[in-house]
Amino acid sequence: MKMITAVVKPFKLDDVREALAAIGVQGVTVSEVKGFGRQKGHTELYRGAEYVVDFLPKVKLELALGDDMVDGAVEAITTAAHTGKIGDGKIFISDLQDVIRIRTGEAGPEAV
Amino acid sequence: MSPEIIEVKYALDTFYFLVCGALVMWMAAGFTMLEAGLVRSKNTTEILTKNVALFAISCTMYLLMGYVIMYGGSEGGFLPDAWFGNGISNATAEEVLASNGDTYYSGASDFFFQVVFVATAMSIVSGAVAERMKLWAFLAFAVVMTGFIYPMQGMWKWGGGFLDAAGFQDFAGSGVVHMCGAAAALAGVILLGARKGKYTADGRVNAIPGANMPLAAIGMFILWMGWFGFNGGSELKVSDIGEANAVADIFVNTNAAACGGLIAALIVAHLVFGKADLTMAVNGALAGLVAITAEPLNWGGIGATLIGAAGGTLVVFSVITLDKFKIDDPVGAISVHGVVGIWGLLAVCLSGNEDATLIGQLTGIGVIFAWTFITSFIAWFIIKQVMGIRVGEQEEYEGVDASECGIEAYPEFNSAK
Repeated sequence: MKMITAVVKPFKLDDVREALAAIGVQGVTVSEVKGFGRQKGHTELYRGAEYVVDFLPKVKLELALGDDMVDGAVEAITTAAHTGKIGDGKIFISDLQDVIRIRTGEAGPEAV
Repeated sequence: MSPEIIEVKYALDTFYFLVCGALVMWMAAGFTMLEAGLVRSKNTTEILTKNVALFAISCTMYLLMGYVIMYGGSEGGFLPDAWFGNGISNATAEEVLASNGDTYYSGASDFFFQVVFVATAMSIVSGAVAERMKLWAFLAFAVVMTGFIYPMQGMWKWGGGFLDAAGFQDFAGSGVVHMCGAAAALAGVILLGARKGKYTADGRVNAIPGANMPLAAIGMFILWMGWFGFNGGSELKVSDIGEANAVADIFVNTNAAACGGLIAALIVAHLVFGKADLTMAVNGALAGLVAITAEPLNWGGIGATLIGAAGGTLVVFSVITLDKFKIDDPVGAISVHGVVGIWGLLAVCLSGNEDATLIGQLTGIGVIFAWTFITSFIAWFIIKQVMGIRVGEQEEYEGVDASECGIEAYPEFNSAK
């Protein structure tokens, strides 16, 4: 089992969600985050005083998947979230030690 | 005049005072929303509490002593005739008819119209000291300001005291209300110090953006609407043709000045900063309103627009300048009400008001500013020694909502997009 974490531009969330649904991904957790990679930020003025807008709004998706679905999910996210402009985001894949479904107590691949 | 006419005019002019008073009361909501929009979320409940409480304190202190101090005094005098008491009395029908219309409004309606002005003056202070002052220290100051400091200088002008006798002109309170509030605010801000992180040692000014722009915008519009009562009601009468025309002119000019101030501030901010700044536009409209408040009658609409525009221009540069002097004013209150209040008082000399003289205006400006600033400074200083006026550093970082109120303003809001 793997945990996929994807950071994408906020307006791409719907496209990514639909693309994942199309390949059979059944669940995802989404949070609103801020971040920057090499995109960096810019300065603005508020009442004449400068402030740096370093952290840009992003959306983070976390999905637990069986190993067989990982490649398809990565492909789906990459295609849906891509704009070609700087700041499109990143996908992180990590090993998942275990998954438990709270309602039924199932564990392991059935709980994914 | 026939008794019926006297009766109807009495009722109409009383009603006018009451409606205008209600409009000025509504400005309290405007200040509250404006300030709530320009502070950070973690400090919002505290500024709301300050604003709702100061309104209640202002009205109560004015009832207990302020009205008597302000309107019980002798002609051309310096001291009031009495210090405490109610001072509110309605004439009877017989007395009104016997006066042949000289008594043309209910005494209680006059109190009501005046009491809401006190709250306006006090409310100017709350924005300037936002985000780092102890709540109860502020409320303690409010007691002193609304029970004593404001009524004394109000008496010198509107109560027929020595400033009035000196020919000082201030129709609705650019000086008596707005500059007075700003002077008290300035004294407080000097003793309070700037917010942590606002200014760096090497002279940089850091932005601390407000949490809720919609509230700031609606606050401006509420103040704008309330100002029709503020200036319009200060004509003090509507029940004949001349007065009705005057009131209408005042409404037109008040509105025009706000528009001029907003447009000027928006354009100036764009030229200076490179983008339109909503908070400056809001300050600009209010500056326009403050600028016209000393003389909203003796202009045409174009003149009023220009007076407002000058106020709007001034306010942008004043905000920048105060920051250069490390006077931290989160909402621009000192600039809008103090700097532009002074402009409004001087502009009376340009208006065609035959009673206005430069000497008279400068006297009023000097006396009101000196009195208010010095007594406020003393009051703030004493409060500072007794209980402290500033929250601790840790409390400032966590937000005064937590330390002073224990209630979050936006408890379920997620972080911004």
